[in-house]
Amino acid sequence: MDLFFTMLVPLTICAIALYAATKRVDVYSALVRGAGSGLDTLVRIVPALIGLMTAVYMLRASGALELLAGALAPLLDRLGLPSELLPLMLVRPISGSAALGVGAELISTYGPDSPLGRTAAVMLGSTETTFYTIAVYFGAVGITKTRYAVPAALCADLTGFLAAAWAVRVCFG
Amino acid sequence: MTMTVIWTGMILVSVLCGLATGRGPAVAAAAVEGTSAAVQLSLSIAGMLCLWTGVMEVMRQSGLADKLSRLLRPILRRLFPQVARDREAMDSISANVSANLLGLGSAATPLGLEAARRLAQASPGVASDSLCMLVVCNTASIQLIPTTVASVRAAEGCAAPFDILPAVWLASALSVGVGILACKIFARMWRE
Repeated sequence: MDLFFTMLVPLTICAIALYAATKRVDVYSALVRGAGSGLDTLVRIVPALIGLMTAVYMLRASGALELLAGALAPLLDRLGLPSELLPLMLVRPISGSAALGVGAELISTYGPDSPLGRTAAVMLGSTETTFYTIAVYFGAVGITKTRYAVPAALCADLTGFLAAAWAVRVCFG
Repeated sequence: MTMTVIWTGMILVSVLCGLATGRGPAVAAAAVEGTSAAVQLSLSIAGMLCLWTGVMEVMRQSGLADKLSRLLRPILRRLFPQVARDREAMDSISANVSANLLGLGSAATPLGLEAARRLAQASPGVASDSLCMLVVCNTASIQLIPTTVASVRAAEGCAAPFDILPAVWLASALSVGVGILACKIFARMWRE
């Protein structure tokens, strides 16, 4: 099973390349062009990462995050959520770059294969930048009465966080 | 504007809290550290991120996304019963969902906005049930291969950065499922 998930990535790449080649796609040009657009994405998020990671680092150094985590720890414990991951859960719905920065920091501090590092990674992988997405969609089509979209989306986010902690316990014991 | 309030608030709280707890110097040092950490993170994930956007582009050109969106249509008709007969709307909704599944983020948003525009025509200014469902589906992550977070894990020296896939799928499925369920339940309660 471990081998399957390790090989899943190279197998996926291989299968996509073969499939595309049989469809007469110029695989290599497409790959290079796509990689270039990845660089564009990266260039776009770097300024946001610098701004937000600086703010998060300062917030952490000031002790404000510990205070907040300490205050909320009993509630988080009851939900099975580690309080170390509170900063990640707070920024996740607001900013994708900030969440990536906070998540990377957690993964680096606790190690990518530690339960905390894994839970942070699964949280990042199974939730989205909710408020940003809602703002973009409703803003683009001129909706002012959003009705139940925000509460429903937040239900999904909270479930995502709880499920991430639970799924890591189930999958990695 | 929201981000302005949040960012300024974060800086203000750090400065005030740092001064109050006597950690002023640490806050000052963190401001410098944060910037270089951000650049380091960007560089360390660049390679894998670009490889994956490349692979995704190959996938897009091979027509795999179109195929997936055709497969999804019967399921999506049930989620969007009000517009199930509107071919144009269902086309953009299923294209949006399949782009999200495949992690084609830059393609998913324009497709989703196209669908949203179509859905919003029926009730200008007020979010219809279908529009709420579309937005909630887009605020939940359904990406099958979370490449960015795997790049971060790889950059931190993880030997098998994708070993979290089953856990991610489990958590994503539960999260999306609850989002959809919440939409269906709220749609009955929210009269206005």
